[in-house]
Amino acid sequence: MTRLGSDVARCTRLVLVLVALFSAPANAQNDAIPAFQKIDSMEARVQGCVTCHGQSGQGTGNGYFPRIAGKPAGYLYNQLVAFRDGARKYPPMNYLVAYLPDPYLREIAEHFAKQRPAYAPNEATPVDPATLARGQALATRGDGNAGVPPCIACHGAGLTGMEPGIPGLVGLRPAYIVAQLTRWRVGDRHAAEPDCMKRIATRLSDADIAAVAAWLSRQPAPANASPESANLTRMPLACGSQR
Amino acid sequence: MMRTGAKIGIAVAAIAVVAVAAVALLRPKMLPIPAGGARAVNATTQVIDRGEYLARAGDCVACHTQPNGAEFAGGRAMPTPFGALYVPNITPDDETGIGRWTADEFYRMMHTGISRSGALLYPAMPFASYTKVTRADSDAIYAYLMSVPPVKLANRPHELRFPFNNRDLLLGWRTLYFKEGEYVPDPAQSAQWNRGAYLVQGLGHCAMCHTAVNALGGSSESKAFEGGMIPNQNWYAPSLTSNREAGLGNWDIKDITALLQVGVSHRGTVYGPMAEVVFNSLQYLSDEDVEAMAVYLKALPQRDAEPPPTSQARLVAPAVMETGRKVYERQCAICHGDEGRGHTPDYPPLAGNQSITMASPVNSIRMVLNGGYPPGTRKNPRPHGMPPFSHILNDDEVAAVVTYIRVAWENSGTPVSPAQANELRKLLPE
Repeated sequence: MTRLGSDVARCTRLVLVLVALFSAPANAQNDAIPAFQKIDSMEARVQGCVTCHGQSGQGTGNGYFPRIAGKPAGYLYNQLVAFRDGARKYPPMNYLVAYLPDPYLREIAEHFAKQRPAYAPNEATPVDPATLARGQALATRGDGNAGVPPCIACHGAGLTGMEPGIPGLVGLRPAYIVAQLTRWRVGDRHAAEPDCMKRIATRLSDADIAAVAAWLSRQPAPANASPESANLTRMPLACGSQR
Repeated sequence: MMRTGAKIGIAVAAIAVVAVAAVALLRPKMLPIPAGGARAVNATTQVIDRGEYLARAGDCVACHTQPNGAEFAGGRAMPTPFGALYVPNITPDDETGIGRWTADEFYRMMHTGISRSGALLYPAMPFASYTKVTRADSDAIYAYLMSVPPVKLANRPHELRFPFNNRDLLLGWRTLYFKEGEYVPDPAQSAQWNRGAYLVQGLGHCAMCHTAVNALGGSSESKAFEGGMIPNQNWYAPSLTSNREAGLGNWDIKDITALLQVGVSHRGTVYGPMAEVVFNSLQYLSDEDVEAMAVYLKALPQRDAEPPPTSQARLVAPAVMETGRKVYERQCAICHGDEGRGHTPDYPPLAGNQSITMASPVNSIRMVLNGGYPPGTRKNPRPHGMPPFSHILNDDEVAAVVTYIRVAWENSGTPVSPAQANELRKLLPE
């Protein structure tokens, strides 16, 4: 290809990428294609993340890969460090970040924490009304008899998380939520001690987990996607990641 | 009326004040502080500092530390074709570590592969390389290891299959593959070359991966640095003696040093197990030592007798080539360039990159499937990375795009098949 031809090709690709970026809701498949404006930028440096998490961390078509955009930087940083050191196990992530130093992981976390891309449409999985009602009850009122506090007590009234260490839950898909709660319950995933999520997950049944995941994944995009400020409210259980 | 004595006293006092002020202002220049801070560097400190540096050069930490575990406390499982080895605790704990070892015993272990107890070490411990380490360097590493915090963690027994669980068999292995002896400088070569040879052959233990391992787990000296698959890791360690693989004969010294110490260069980027080596070891070596290694590696005799093959593009079905080109344009070109030249050093070139064209396509296929970040190093703390494509491209597309980059732009690689892509897809990334 000639120099001119290659420039034309590059411009065409850029235009296509820009079109993809600004058409909402963005096409998930195109969001997974590497694209950036300037090599010496965080945007270029995080291209290693985009085929699974999307250009702005909004997630992609695959239901297992979570939205990471707008989650608190402290939470994202804790996860990156845990993946690197093997405390959280998911081989594709463990492999990718294995040799990245703390300050760089912090910068990557802050990059995605600042992103505010549009939310993908909810996944319309069939669910019966009773399950949905149980999910709503767990998420908004908890289960006093089981000692399960409501999700919204810590993850925010709008389910957008809380600074510095509690992730937003809105915009996550059921496959991911079920997998995480289950892994917490069996001791495969942990957070900093005292591990409040472990206490909660071990009090949930399989049916509870399916119900709360179904209800959470159906929640509409919040007006304000930012996490709540740190510790404005008293938390029902002590959480190591909030210290 | 002021007496002369008092006048002199005032004058002296004034001079003293000016002198003190001058000393205070000029202090950094008048009283040079030794490099590395105000710390008084006594002989012990010098030896321990040197030992720490040499332990980095030997990359002890990589094997003797469990992920997320205490440094040097061992316990890490090392899968081998013969079963799992559990790496021992080398912190100076008296009961579970090497706290009671003497410098003599430590040197005997490094030099001969015989433990304090008299047991023969399995050659996962690279004593076939460490035997080249001088007594003085062994003593410095010993002094450093004695100075780190002791950790009480009992060694876990190995889980080797019969008959490999019988250490007496190692006598045979040692006869075949182990030659004891410190490095002997070659007087025909420069001091720099000899320093590089000492580091590459000794503490660097490069031959552990870059020399093919046979069915007995041994590497033959006549095949030194000729490359081979790394057992249980499923990465191919390229030959250092072929310019068609990782031979560095036609590289500039500055590109070799960058690859080793920075992790990225204008010719290529480290990935897979080599990223670990750069991250834990090579990035900490001095510019002089890395350059010495580069000089030695560049001078290794190259074994390519015949001229490199021409592009194999004509062997590829046009439809496969077209699929590969389309995938490349869509997914790869933004970083690696329309003509495969990359945006170096952040995104490596693919055209003319030996790592792409070498006989084994394993590494290229794995990179397309799993992506990867180069190590974050002191000279490149924020590396650019490549995303995984295993969930986006099917086996036909992976094979087509890897075939494309191996034959396009006059590259002289050979085509790969969807079956090869499928086989590597089944492996977990590591």
